[in-house]
Amino acid sequence: MRIVVDLNRCQGYAQCVYQAPNVFELHGEEVLMYDCGPAEAQRPEVVRAAAACPVQAIRFDAADDGT
Amino acid sequence: MSQADGALAADGRVLIVGASLAGLRAAESLRKEGFRGRLTLVGDEPHEPYDRPPLSKQVLTGRVASGSTALPQAGGLDAEWRLGVPAVGLDRAAKRVVLADGDELDFDRLLIATGTRARPWPNPAEAALDGVITLRGRDDTELLRRELTAAPRRVLVIGAGFTGSEIASACRELGLPVTVTERAATPLAGALGATIGAVAARIQREHGVDLRCGVGVTALEGDDEGHVRRARLDDGSTLDVDVAVVALGAQRNTEWLRGSGLGAGPRGVACDAGCRVFDMYGIVTDHIFAAGDVARSPHPLFGYEFLALEHWSNAVEQADVAAHNMVHAEAERRPYLHVPTFWSFQFGVGIKSVGVPSLAEEVVITQGSTDERRFVALYGQRGRTVAAVTFDQGKWLEFYLDQIERAAPFPPQFRTVGQPPSPRVLPTEFPDPALPTEAPMIVRTGHSPTERAWTLVPARGGRR
Repeated sequence: MRIVVDLNRCQGYAQCVYQAPNVFELHGEEVLMYDCGPAEAQRPEVVRAAAACPVQAIRFDAADDGT
Repeated sequence: MSQADGALAADGRVLIVGASLAGLRAAESLRKEGFRGRLTLVGDEPHEPYDRPPLSKQVLTGRVASGSTALPQAGGLDAEWRLGVPAVGLDRAAKRVVLADGDELDFDRLLIATGTRARPWPNPAEAALDGVITLRGRDDTELLRRELTAAPRRVLVIGAGFTGSEIASACRELGLPVTVTERAATPLAGALGATIGAVAARIQREHGVDLRCGVGVTALEGDDEGHVRRARLDDGSTLDVDVAVVALGAQRNTEWLRGSGLGAGPRGVACDAGCRVFDMYGIVTDHIFAAGDVARSPHPLFGYEFLALEHWSNAVEQADVAAHNMVHAEAERRPYLHVPTFWSFQFGVGIKSVGVPSLAEEVVITQGSTDERRFVALYGQRGRTVAAVTFDQGKWLEFYLDQIERAAPFPPQFRTVGQPPSPRVLPTEFPDPALPTEAPMIVRTGHSPTERAWTLVPARGGRR
């Protein structure tokens, strides 16, 4: 799957790191590093991470079945 | 959101030249706005639109594969893609774009989103050495990544702008010895001024970068196999290096518009606040729009000066406005009023900015302290607030954005959390614009929509 984070918006709340620790990592207080193309199996975690983001900075593509 | 209607929306033809962030977001916005006609995207790279910021960060350190930064696409885009073929010409009268393979594409509306490319090393023979690399696209990153994983004795980064600094940061994360040269007094001097740049210099040195400011590279020398092995600096010293990354800013991709009659040149494609492109006489066109790095447009908040913004958020926001205006009637058009915003991650520090720091003469720390590397710096121009820069304090930027949008007085009149005991207003110390330095990423390109120096506008003496 494909992810992009609007890092202007991101304020390092780290909610995504809790929801999807294999995809999102904080390096320092504000430096969010993420896997732009995680395996499809990570999708449920990414969906939760995007929903949990207080500033709604995470955007991802739809799954092949449209979900 | 008002939906586009009429014949154009139903079966018109929109052509987007440039298939990166701005091109993709414009295509998505067009569909969202109700455009149901034919949509074509032309891109010079063979890849689908991908995100560039990770290339100098998590891709370079190897955390993420270079091929995996493809941008998510909205469903139902229903676009025709012409990838791997650059556009080479525009015929305005015929409303037609010519591609490098000879194909011709007609349009009812055209969006120019051809962006920028890395400024090459000025000496072509030296630039051709193996190990001399510029970083702009995915393929560049793969090349650089190969060099970095071959255990180089030392990496040289020429130019300490944001890209150069981020590359140096990635090299240090990989444990590689790195030297950074910068002609200005500090890193990031063109973007933030040398006063704040001095903090970036301290951070680089704390992380083991051999930072050399006020120094230029005069020559790159190769071995018998044509691989770079040595750099000569203008202070007389030499460096043994196995990689030289040229990070000297960007050049705008406008050459394909030569002879089109548009107001396009090395500074970008001039357009109005609604993204409509000007012709070379300053007359606004009806069917041609521009967005992203390649565009320069007047900003009402900053004296209507034409700004060219090489920022991620600019590509996103301007593409959205351009798309809207392309398929709506005049009375429904929207202005592009986005305040410039960007971020850079380096050496574990998040640097963020809103506004236009390079307009400012003065800067004051309003929160935190530069010693702790956590602070907010506020920038002032002739008594008004024009920009704010944060180091690991991004959460405050929304407040400062509001100050900038309201042209709040400078020095600031408000109290803040973590305010320094006696804030001192300092000069910003931007380098002399004549000094060849790294790219500031916000380029002030003057007030004129025409490009007298570069286009066919007759000069006063009757010369062309």
